[in-house]
Amino acid sequence: MALHTAEDTIKERNVAIHPRLQEFTFSAKRFLKNPLTIIGLVIILSFAMIALFAPLIAPPQNADPYRIPHTGWKMAPSPPSAEHPLGTLEQQYDIFYGIIWGTRLAFKIGVVVVAVNLIIGIILGSVAGYFGGITDEIIMRITDMFYAIPFLVMAMALVVALGRGLKAVIITLIILGWPTYTRVIRGEILVLRDRDFVLAARASGASHLRIIFKHILPNSIYSVLIIASMNVGTIVLTAAALSFLGLGSETGYADWGQMVSMSRNWIVGPADNRLAFWYVVIIPGLVIALFVLGWNLLGDAARDVFDPKMRRR
Amino acid sequence: MILVLFGVSLLVFSIMMIIPPGRRAAIYVKQEKITPQQMEAMIKKYGLDDPAPVQYLRWMKSMLSGNFGYSVTASAPVLDGFKEYFPVTLELVLYATPLIILFGVWLGTIGAVNKDKPIDHATRVFAIIGYSLPTFWLGLILLMIFYGYLGIFPPGVLSNKGKDILFSPSFKRYTYILTIDSILNWRWDMFWDALYHLMLPTINLVLLSSALILRLMRSSMLESLGQDYIRTALAKGADKKTIHNIHARRNALIPVITISGVLFAGLMGGMVITETIFARTGIGLWMARAALQLDLPAIMFNVLFLGTVFVVVNLIVDIVYAYIDPRIRLT
Repeated sequence: MALHTAEDTIKERNVAIHPRLQEFTFSAKRFLKNPLTIIGLVIILSFAMIALFAPLIAPPQNADPYRIPHTGWKMAPSPPSAEHPLGTLEQQYDIFYGIIWGTRLAFKIGVVVVAVNLIIGIILGSVAGYFGGITDEIIMRITDMFYAIPFLVMAMALVVALGRGLKAVIITLIILGWPTYTRVIRGEILVLRDRDFVLAARASGASHLRIIFKHILPNSIYSVLIIASMNVGTIVLTAAALSFLGLGSETGYADWGQMVSMSRNWIVGPADNRLAFWYVVIIPGLVIALFVLGWNLLGDAARDVFDPKMRRR
Repeated sequence: MILVLFGVSLLVFSIMMIIPPGRRAAIYVKQEKITPQQMEAMIKKYGLDDPAPVQYLRWMKSMLSGNFGYSVTASAPVLDGFKEYFPVTLELVLYATPLIILFGVWLGTIGAVNKDKPIDHATRVFAIIGYSLPTFWLGLILLMIFYGYLGIFPPGVLSNKGKDILFSPSFKRYTYILTIDSILNWRWDMFWDALYHLMLPTINLVLLSSALILRLMRSSMLESLGQDYIRTALAKGADKKTIHNIHARRNALIPVITISGVLFAGLMGGMVITETIFARTGIGLWMARAALQLDLPAIMFNVLFLGTVFVVVNLIVDIVYAYIDPRIRLT
């Protein structure tokens, strides 16, 4: 019987797993080694569960499930009770319900905005990087324009121009979000464009589309995906800030930023108990912070894992 | 740079053009009720349905001649409102920025020097939390604890007593920046009053914005600690403190300068929220109110202004960078 040598193992490995898959399992293993990543993963998965099962956790009582049910019009918030596990906001909007459905809304905003941004960014970035010349020049000068104005300030102006409300906020974030991805993808493609394997593909008669999607993008997609995962948090944070400023959804909507905004009148309690309304101030904001933290932890870990400069084989 | 500024103006103009002419005409409406015919006449009169390039040239001409329109929220021409509000914002920026940089550089250095020790992890956790906390939430919590519970650090710019001094006839306003004016008038009671009100907003901005500097400082310090000249210094027997503070930190600071443009943008966004929460009458609060009341001239002016400042800041950053880093200057 022949001895099983180390070279055999290497050979087997190379045959057994596709190199891209091998790369993936290696990265996934590293990814899960970091305790912070686990925390991030747990946070995001819990939120995803909440969003998925929102109708079961908090059965909707209105035709529009995103509208928080409220019992009565009493201005002062009520503390947590059997009926309202987390208490109520002003006008008796149930905080628990708002948090649960707000999770669904946050995912909706974050995922929709980032997904559309990614698509636009990848297309424009590929076109600019691959073809170069005047197309590149035009696309990149337009992205420069977007970088020249502080983000939240421009977002405010655009939301106002679009007529405010949740839809305006989402459209605004879509319009303003793509330049980041365009820049990164373009940079990656510029590096890969003249590599031998691309030249080989071109020489064998592959179309531009095939070269971009089959040969270039798979090699450059990781860096944008990392940015995208961190941006889900940022996007939700910005949407919450706009809602907080009164430019997003209307009162009583299951929108975390809106809920924080409704707590503004209640930061000081009555004379005998100054912190009487703590639950109104703390809970909705804490949920936003946790959500964003989860995405940031994931993105941070992913960057450490995929960044060739950081990984030590 | 002119080209970028042109781009900024084009962008602001395009945002404005999204708004239908009817709503843009509202800026010029003086009476309460208006018939559709009158509206039509207004649109015609101010050329609000002209081709976009014509409107752009007209708009640029009025901007360049200093005619920025009337702000409803400020109940004054935009420029007057700006003169009133801008110093309040500038004051907060002047206090917060050095603290943000010092705090971030300090924590970043500590993290890098103690790499992978508990204190390093602590600074990393601080940074990532600073990234994730909503500005408005931290502000509300600070207010709840300090103002609500402890009864100190109230919101606003000045107490009533301070306002009495400000509006007394003998008080001269030189810069419109309260802490500076009060010293120039030798009113130390008012100076402390203004500083007292600055405390919480500054803490809010520092806690949130220093995370950016911290992270960059840590990684750039780590990089410069790994350089050969550090090893040389160590081999020569220089003590650790000198190496860290003189040899490594100086070079590590260079990338931090480049990030100041990003810091500025973040600060401006944070300013809108911070001023809204702490009721400081600066351009951030002005913008927030203008956005709620559809006060277009005020919004567009401020966006244009902040965009211009941002472009200039980035230009200065580039110049300073080239000046302090010989590797760039010589190539």
